[in-house]
Amino acid sequence: MDMKVMTATSGNGTDATLAPKILARDVNVHYGEKHALKEVNVDIPQRSVMAFIGPSGCGKSTFLRCINRMNDTISIAKVTGSITIDGSDIHDPALDVVQLRARVGMVFQKPNPFPKSIYENVAYGPRIHGLASGKDELDEIVTTSLKKAGLIAEVKDRLGDSGTSLSGGQQQRLCIARAIAVGPEVILMDEPCSSLDPIATARIEELIDELRANYTIIIVTHSMQQAARVSQRTAFFHLGHLVEEGETADIFTNPFDKRTQDYITGRFG
Amino acid sequence: MASQSHIVSSYEAELADLDSKISRMGGMTEQLLANSFDALIKRDPALAERVISSDRMVDDYNREIEEKTILVIAKRQPMAVDLRQIMAAMRVANDLERIGDLAKNIAKRALAVASEQHPRSLMAGLGHMVELALRQLKDVLDAYTHRDADMALTVWHSDAQIDAMYNSVFRELLTYMMEDPRNIGLCTHLLFGAKNIERIGDHTTNIAETVHYLVKGTPLTDERPKNDHTSTTVIGPA
Repeated sequence: MDMKVMTATSGNGTDATLAPKILARDVNVHYGEKHALKEVNVDIPQRSVMAFIGPSGCGKSTFLRCINRMNDTISIAKVTGSITIDGSDIHDPALDVVQLRARVGMVFQKPNPFPKSIYENVAYGPRIHGLASGKDELDEIVTTSLKKAGLIAEVKDRLGDSGTSLSGGQQQRLCIARAIAVGPEVILMDEPCSSLDPIATARIEELIDELRANYTIIIVTHSMQQAARVSQRTAFFHLGHLVEEGETADIFTNPFDKRTQDYITGRFG
Repeated sequence: MASQSHIVSSYEAELADLDSKISRMGGMTEQLLANSFDALIKRDPALAERVISSDRMVDDYNREIEEKTILVIAKRQPMAVDLRQIMAAMRVANDLERIGDLAKNIAKRALAVASEQHPRSLMAGLGHMVELALRQLKDVLDAYTHRDADMALTVWHSDAQIDAMYNSVFRELLTYMMEDPRNIGLCTHLLFGAKNIERIGDHTTNIAETVHYLVKGTPLTDERPKNDHTSTTVIGPA
């Protein structure tokens, strides 16, 4: 398979010489008879944004869900190969999957706040993980997380209101705050803006750009422009293969593989 | 080049339209350049006037291509080869517009010296320069149409020939002027004419670089071939 090698500098000013956070080697996923992901090998650099693009059913969300072992919840899914985060294998039997999912947070396509108060939505994770020793500390975590998610100014006087009373864009930022609250290192985002209007989308994109200073972010998106705007590296998936991965600036101006070019220019029949 | 068509056929049509506009604009520019030199060598003021007035059509094409490219960017957010094609169209149109201006300037000088006798050997040198420039222009437009990076590279290298010819014409004109001050008026106009042709060569080189980028996706990074030494040439009294 044709793959671009990692180069030293990124078009968006990220130092790609940073050690990779996540290494995937020969990752295959079968859903029953269906071979959904084929021999995926990729290095995902820390504290940067990587976008996964590709047509529906190409395997990009499947691969995303491998990184926090969400596929474990699907009984017919079989994952082989290795994925390591900071050198430790995420399939290590000694590893607690709940802890893994705290380290690798996830934000979904449709904002899914709990039917609880804004405060409780954010406080829930730290509480079950025992991250706060008392009320004050928990308050601090909630406020910091809402601040990091760019939501605090809009909700600080209504933390007791239901999370579902917020607008779609606010709900999505609440979900990001909820993911941040448990101190993750990696944040997976599965089409986080697909149900949002352009203004709410712009706010999320701005937030992603801020968050990448501290987190490794992987975003699945159907919007090529969004991938071009927010990511430093882009991976293109097609029919279960990782076809091409490289610097975003290169992928969108001069892709290596004809399939990538055909997809991003709107030529797939 | 991606061989498949776009799913959205109107996008495909817009890109094809841009290409055909560049092609028509290129043809028009070639004609202007050829006519401007004909007007000079044949001392034909009517033809010179026609060149001067038709340059406006080239300018109109440039404006139209610029507007179209902006609209396509706004509507389609082009990527990869499409993005490169759109940027290339804008740049090529800009270079063609400049070539049109330079041809118009040659025509203006043809008007100014129409009543004077032109020394034959000088005109042969200028004629050769125009031939080279026309050949380069034609080749680079073909390279654009056929997305031929090798042909563009050949044009890029061949500009050195125009520069060499320009050096020789430059020296010859200086000699004429030194021989007889009455030649100075005519020779100055011819000198500017030669300089215009040399500049046209530079614009075809720009287009060649654009074609290379369009096809390969990477810029031509080598030092551009330059053979114009006239800025440092001095001819002292014998």
